[in-house]
Parts: sequence; C-alpha cells; structure tokens
Amino acid sequence: MHLTRDRIIAFSVLLPSLILIAVFVYGFIGQTVYISLTDWGKGAALAVHPQMHLIGFDNYKELFTSFLHGRFRQDLINAFFYTITLVLGSLTLGLFLAILLDREPRGEGIFRTIFLYPMSLSFVVTGTIWRWLLAPEGGVNVLPSFIGLPAGHFRWISSRDQILTFDWQSIPAITAIVVALVLVFLAIRAWRKGTRKRALIVGFPALLLILWAVFGQRLIPQMLPIPEKHGFNLATIGVSLAAIWQFSGYTMALYLAGLRGIPVALHEAARLDGANDIQYYMRVAFPILKPITLSAVIILAHISLKMFALIFAMAGADNAPTDHPAVLMYLTTFRGNKFALGASIAVILFLLVALFIIPYLVSSYREQRRRAS
Amino acid sequence: MRFKKLAIAVLVGIGLLAAFGTVMADNLTGNLEIFSWWAGDEGPALQALIDLYNAQHPGVNLINATVTGGSGVNAKAVLKTRMLGGNPPDSFQVHAGQELIGTWVKADRMEDLTSLFQQEGWMDVFPAGLIKLLSTDAGIWSVPVNIHRSNVMWYIPANLEKWGVTAPTTWANFLAIAPQLQAQGVLPLALAENWTVNHLWESVALSVLGPEKWQELWNGTLSFTSPEGVAVWNMFGKVLQYTNDDAASLSWQQATDMVVGGKAAFNVMGDWAAGYMSTTLGLTPGVDYAWSASPGTNGVFVMLSDSFGLPKGAPNSDNAIAWLQLLGSKAGSDAFNPLKGSISARTDSDLSLYNAYSQSAASDWQNDIVAGSLPHGVVANEGFMNDFATVMEMFLTSRDPQQAANACEAIARQNAIGE
Amino acid sequence: MTTKITWARVLLYATLIVVAAIYLTPIYMTVITALKNPADINLDTAWQIPTHLNWGSFSQAYAKLGPNIMNSIILAVTATILSSMLGSLNGYVFSKWQFKGNDIVFTLLLFGMFIPYQIILIPLFQTLRAIHMYGGLPGLILAHVVYGLPITTLIFRNFYAQIPLSLTESAQIDGAGFFKLYLRVIFPLSIPGFVVTFIWQFTQIWNEFLWGITLTKYSANPITVGLAQLAGGEAVSWNLPMAGSIIAAIPVLIIYILMGRYFIRGLLAGSVKG
Repeated sequence: MHLTRDRIIAFSVLLPSLILIAVFVYGFIGQTVYISLTDWGKGAALAVHPQMHLIGFDNYKELFTSFLHGRFRQDLINAFFYTITLVLGSLTLGLFLAILLDREPRGEGIFRTIFLYPMSLSFVVTGTIWRWLLAPEGGVNVLPSFIGLPAGHFRWISSRDQILTFDWQSIPAITAIVVALVLVFLAIRAWRKGTRKRALIVGFPALLLILWAVFGQRLIPQMLPIPEKHGFNLATIGVSLAAIWQFSGYTMALYLAGLRGIPVALHEAARLDGANDIQYYMRVAFPILKPITLSAVIILAHISLKMFALIFAMAGADNAPTDHPAVLMYLTTFRGNKFALGASIAVILFLLVALFIIPYLVSSYREQRRRAS
Repeated sequence: MRFKKLAIAVLVGIGLLAAFGTVMADNLTGNLEIFSWWAGDEGPALQALIDLYNAQHPGVNLINATVTGGSGVNAKAVLKTRMLGGNPPDSFQVHAGQELIGTWVKADRMEDLTSLFQQEGWMDVFPAGLIKLLSTDAGIWSVPVNIHRSNVMWYIPANLEKWGVTAPTTWANFLAIAPQLQAQGVLPLALAENWTVNHLWESVALSVLGPEKWQELWNGTLSFTSPEGVAVWNMFGKVLQYTNDDAASLSWQQATDMVVGGKAAFNVMGDWAAGYMSTTLGLTPGVDYAWSASPGTNGVFVMLSDSFGLPKGAPNSDNAIAWLQLLGSKAGSDAFNPLKGSISARTDSDLSLYNAYSQSAASDWQNDIVAGSLPHGVVANEGFMNDFATVMEMFLTSRDPQQAANACEAIARQNAIGE
Repeated sequence: MTTKITWARVLLYATLIVVAAIYLTPIYMTVITALKNPADINLDTAWQIPTHLNWGSFSQAYAKLGPNIMNSIILAVTATILSSMLGSLNGYVFSKWQFKGNDIVFTLLLFGMFIPYQIILIPLFQTLRAIHMYGGLPGLILAHVVYGLPITTLIFRNFYAQIPLSLTESAQIDGAGFFKLYLRVIFPLSIPGFVVTFIWQFTQIWNEFLWGITLTKYSANPITVGLAQLAGGEAVSWNLPMAGSIIAAIPVLIIYILMGRYFIRGLLAGSVKG
C-alpha cells in the first residue's frame, strides 16, 4: 500500500527534472535540427519575426560540397587531430605520472596537487596564460637560450604550416586503408591463435578494401569540384599542449586510483613469480586498467569536441589554422548572421560527440541492467 | 507627442549650452545603456562624451557597456545575442553604411531618425554623400560621430632617413625598396591579426582598381573574377611577402609598436593609429611620426564612420535621443574627435582643436574622392564581411589569386552584393 | 618500510621534480607578468623576474573585474545549491525507488551531460527570451541548474547506491514513507555527496564561458567574460589579464587545494562506476 503511494511520490519528485531535461536537451536539439533545415539567415535574419523557409538538407550539402566552406572541412580535420592529440597525450602523460606516483615517493600529495591543479582552471584562464607563453618572440621559444642553445623559432599558434597533407577526395581511400590495416592486424592475430576461419572472414574484406582503395577510386563520385588540400595544421599543437597540460591530471588521477585498486596480493604474486617492475606493469597492471582507459578516452574525446573557450581565449576566433567546428559555429551564427548554417554546424558537431557517447551510454546501461539482475 | 516636446526642450538646452557654455540641468532620469567597442586607448574619447552627457543630464545613470576587440568583432556578436534575445541596449555603436543597413535596417529593428536630423539642422551640416550612406529610401538610420580614414601609411621619418629610403607612392615603389630594408634587418611592412590583413587588402585593392572601379565592385557592375579583380590578389600576394609571419598573434597596436620601435618601416592602418601614437605613446604628429596616403591611393579618402542609432524597443529612448543629439552636435563632436584621432563629420568643426594629422585629414576630406571602406562596414553587409574573412584566411594559406577571386565572386552572389 | 636510495629512486625524484617544474611554469609566468609594470612587459624580457613588484596590477584588475566577481559568486553559489539539492533528490529516487524503465530514463538523463552546448544555444536563448529571463543572472542560473542535473544526479545516485539496503529497509518497516526516509536516513548521510557536488558544480559554473558571453548583458557578465574582455582589449597591457587570471582562478584553486580529495571524487564519479 504505502509502497505504491511512495512510488508515485518518488516518480513525481523526479518528474520536474525529467521534463526540464526533455525540453532543454531533447526539445532544444530537435529545435536546432529544425533550424538547420531552414534558410534562416538569408536576408533579414535579425528581424523580430524572421522569415524562415524549410529547405531540407541544403545547408549540409553546402557545408560539404561548396568550395566556400573549405574552412569547415579543414575544421573537421582539425577536430580529428585535436581529439587524437588530446587523448593520446593525456593518456600517455597521465599514465606516466600515475606510475611515478604509484612508487610512493615522499611528498606524493604535493606532487599530485601540482599535477592536478590545472584541472581547476577555466579554459579562458588557461588560454590566456598559454597565449602569452607561446608568443613566438618571447615565450617558450626563448627558454633554450637559458642553457646556451639557440632560441626556437616555431611560430606556434600563428604558424600556417601544414604537414601530412592530402586531398579531400582521398578521404574515403585513406579511411579504407586504415580500416583494412586494423582488420589485417586482427586477422593475423586470429591466424596465430589458430582460429583460421575467423582470420579468413576478417582478412578477406581487408583485402577488398585495399584493392578498392588502390584501384577503385573512380567508382565513387567527386565530392568537390576542385582538389582541396587538407592536413595537420601545426598551429593546433600549441592549443593541444595547453589542453594536455590541463587534462593530464585527470587521467593521472584515474590511473592512480586504478593502480591503487589492484589488490596487493596480485602484485605480490607477480613479484614472487619473478616479474620485475616493468613486466608487472605490462602484464598485470595495464590489462586491468583497460576499462579506465576506455572511459578516459570517451571523456577526453568528448571534451576535445567542446574546446570552444580554450581556442577562443588562446588564438581568437579568427585564426583559421587553429579553428574548430565549435568556433566556426559561433562565427557563422553571431558574426555572419547565418543562423541556419550555424545550426547545421552545431548538429554535425553533436553527431560527432554522439558517435563516442552513445556506445558508451549503451554499454553503461547494459551493465546497470546486468548488475540489477 | 511627449517625445517631441522633450526633444525640443533638450534641443534648446543644447543650443544654450553651445552658445553660452553653461550647463543646464534637465528632468531626464532613468538609465542610459550605450553599447560600444571603445575601450582601452579609445576610452578617453568616449569618456569625454560621457562626461558631457552627464553634465547635461545629471539625472540619468549612464551605463557604459563596452565589449573589447578591434573593429568591434566581438562587440557585434554580443550585440546580436542581445537583440535576438529581445533586450536591445538604448543605443549602440555601429559602422555607418551596409553594416547597419544590411543587418539591422533590413530586419526592421531601427527607428527612423529623419525628423531628428531635420530638427537639429544636420541635413546642412553633414556632407550629402555621407547622409546618402546613412540612408535608405525609408529614412536615415544613424548619427555619425566621426570620420576615420582607412588608407593611411605610417612611418617614422627619422628611421626612414637612417635606412636611406623614402615613403613609397606606389606599391611597385614599395616592392623595389623592400629588399633594401630587409637587407638592413628591418621588416618592410608590419601586419597584425586577421582584420588588419583585410584592412591592408583594401588599400591594395584601391590602388589597383581606383575609386570608380572599387565602387563598381559593390554595386554589382564589376565582377571579382574580372582581370582587375584577380590583379588585386596578385599584387596583394606580392606585398604580403614583406610582412611578418607572426602577424596572427599581434594586435594592431603591436604592429604600430613595431614601426615606432624601429623594427618595421611601414604600417598601413586607419587613422586611429594617430590617436594611439599621439595620446598613448605621447608622440608629436609630423615630427616623431609621419604619414602619407597608402601607396597608390593619393587623392582617395577611404572613409569609415562610427555612428550610433536608436533601436526599436530601446528601454530608455528619450535618454537615447538626448545622447544622439549630443553626438551630432558641435560640442560633442569637438570634445570627442580630437581625443579619438578622427575628424568630425560636421563641416563646421573647430579645426584649431585638432592636431597636425587631423587637420591634414580634414583638408583631404574636403578635397579627395570619397570611397567607402570594406572591412569597416561601409560597402558590404556583415554576411559578406564574415565570408570574406574566411576567403582571406584561405588566401593566406594558398596564396592563389585566382582561387581567391573566384571565392570572392561566389560569396558576393551569396550575400546579394549590389542587389 | 624504508626504501633504499637507489639510482632508480633518484631518477624517480628527478623526473617528478622536472615535470612538476614544467607544470608550474605557467604559474610562474603568470605571477611575474602580473607583478610587472606595463612599460616593462615586452617579449624580450618575458621570463625575467620584475625588479619592482607592481601590486597595483591586482587592484586595477580587481577594480575592473569586481562586478564580474560578484556576478560569478551569486551565479555559482545559487546554481550549485539548487542543482545539488535537485541532484540529491533525483539520485535518491533512482537508487532507492526502482520503477519500470529506471535504467533507460537514467541513461537518457545522463546523455544531457555530454552534449556540446552549441547544439542548444539558439533555442536556449529563444526560450529564455520568451520567458523574459534573458540577459540577467536568473536566466543563467536556470541554464546551469538544468544542465547540471545529469551530473549531480549521477554523483548522488552512485553515492546512495552504497547506502546499505538494510538501513533503508529498517526505516521503511518503521513506517517511513518517501520523504521521511529521505529526511531521516538519506539526507544525514549525504554530506560527502554534497561536498563532491558542491565542489564539482561550483568549479564548472565558475569556469563556464560560452553561456556567459552569449546569454548575459554587460551588467550580468560573469568573471570568465570579464577576463576575456581584459585580455581581448586594445593595447593589452598584459599585467592586467595575468592579474585577472589569478583573481579568476583563486576561489576555485583554494577550494581545490583544501578539498582536493573530494574534487577528485567528483571527477571520478563520471567514469568509474559504482
């Protein structure tokens, strides 16, 4: 009796929050998607009652095929590199620091505080400080001169250099080759393990992909009218450095908690088996840390897609080499008055985040169910 | 009706003020929120206006809402969120011309100021060409506070003498002496962040096209992909070779500092640089620093004008109108412009208040052919300017003149330039 | 257990000290630049310690940022308290009151934590404007409370999951209903949970920038916007933005240094389950 009444009360206590989230998250996402399908921004965008017409996916088509939006396409490439550098950099540095601190040096608490404090700073503060630090004529470039070496000349965030350049048209081929390489790696592993059939099942598509990438490029339509060069903008390194500085403490804390969570018995058993420290870490600790690595990758990847404030404070919104879809959305919407185009950029950004988060949430949901049953 | 009576009362008050220099308290109360990007070095000039307003209307609480960032790039974004949010300031700074008309007038967000102009007698005091830029068929939309010139080249005469060069009169000249300067370890042309690059482009474009063809670009008669259009980008690419490669990380003042400090020879910047060098750096115009029209544009005055308008739905429109009256008045004009380094839009300003640079600018204003500036919102709307910034970024990386010209033409069509 | 002084140990400390020095370099740079006179700040002498300490930078920066600091305090404190209270109640419901679809609803709620705010920006200020809350602190507080619900709910749900069933069951046998159970059993045990959410939310809200710059009028600008203004201005005399950065960072820094353990727990709440 009471239980049912209480259940109803419980649900009604929860209900306001659910309604708020339903509106403010899902409703608003829907609204933005709707805006992205209109032409709001052509003409009198800032009128009190603007005229908007549904134009379907034209905005998206424009973003990907109009040669005027090369900046957007490079921003996607930039976002890709930002994500990779932030994830790899933070994971590596965080793991390294966690292993160091796991050795229990004296003053561990102080070291931990030093490595973690950047996390408490706002992106605006970090960006402001690092902008000054990376000024080409006076920041970190000057440091080598203190120990007698010549000063650096890298232009950091004002650099216009680009490496690893490729043509936009070759992206399908590049993706195919990367996927094929992963499949080949898995196939070889399966072959070694003896599961020949699986190796063939995995290896065959890999072969097809490679063949297609090398010979079959004429089979896909031209995505752009003219060849368009894209690549890794060296200017993004400066921003990534600041971001890694800010977030390595997070991965360090995660890994440290993980390492400390390994039962001492395991550690002792490994030592008794004759394993030295390196082998302990490689064979025992790292496999146990895998779930943490996975969570960290997801969280860091989604943070890298939200780096608006850092780039805004560090490089300004106008510096194209360090640009990011999040910044471009701000520019398109608030400077160019093109609200529908800005909304489409936001939707694409959202889909990229969803790519990481939805699998994560699904697996988290599944685990909750498993634990409940 | 109340507005008219009040306006006339304030008008009389200002007339008395101008005539006898006495302060007359009136019964305006409440707030006045003015929105601008005049902070930092440009702050003192704005403060002079604010002080004058406070003296005239002591009952009004003036809120000086500024958003920093050169040429208003950030301020405009914040303004838009305000306006979209239905929360307009009482008056906001906006560049006279298409920036105002294409964005706000077209969206029917501004009040027509024709009656104000007629009451104040401004139709006779402001040049006709200027009023034309401020208007559409439906009315006049903002009050100009000043006139700035965009196509000015700055240098330190003593340094030029030291290096054995003279200020070039054409870009071909410049390209000839640049290697000489580089050989002495001097940067020929100092450049700063993005909008200053667009600023330089405009000077180069005017030298290649001339004022008539420049205007034809903006009324749709001349295409960006015409041979002249491509020639602009060609020349621009050549000039860029002699600029600093850390430009993107510098503010416009830092580029000026490079010239003053002897690291660079020339800098093309609007005449707010004169305000910076005179007021902030304490240099004497004509003696410590000198200027000429940017190469190839002698006889052309590329103008931009800061102005204030009255948005529809302004919470304190009476106070705002009093502000507009002050801005267009001789007293306001004479208080503001000498400090700002600009010249008055009024043709009856007291030239003795201005320094050597401004006096030379004022005489050029009377005599030269007037052209409208691009990066400062006179000849093109915001959609085009935003896209143009991207085209420029594209060019800075690719240095391909044809590609840039094609891109310009495409964005001009997209943003309805000349229609 | 005493550890021997081996080469490995020496190397360990050396590495830690070098890395710590690198981590502290930005602070060093910020502090010395903040203490320099504007005339002395140029790129050539960027790394040198100032000869005369210009404490005036701080008073100047504070004079400019003062109103912003007040705004941020009001914003952060209010939004933190509200979102934590709601998070506590929600977490209580999710962890102790199973209903059909519990997990799906929770997962859908959690999704809100990850979205990039660009996707909701335009509808957000359209809505705020429609309810006349645009431009001021109340609208900003509302936004932070709503979008803070997922993380606070998550933290409390995980926290309450640790409260043994026996405690709640015995109270229910004694006749406690929904609210009595909360007030008598759950709430008193919630202090650590509240500490974690307070610290986490306060930090997030204090440091937030995008909404600050797009949803507020000048008078309601929080400190992140004020700082961006300082640094984005004409003729930036860098001692001011540096002093401003220190002022902007201090409240959270202090909270964090004093209660860092809880800060970490908040961090880990999102990733280490249970």
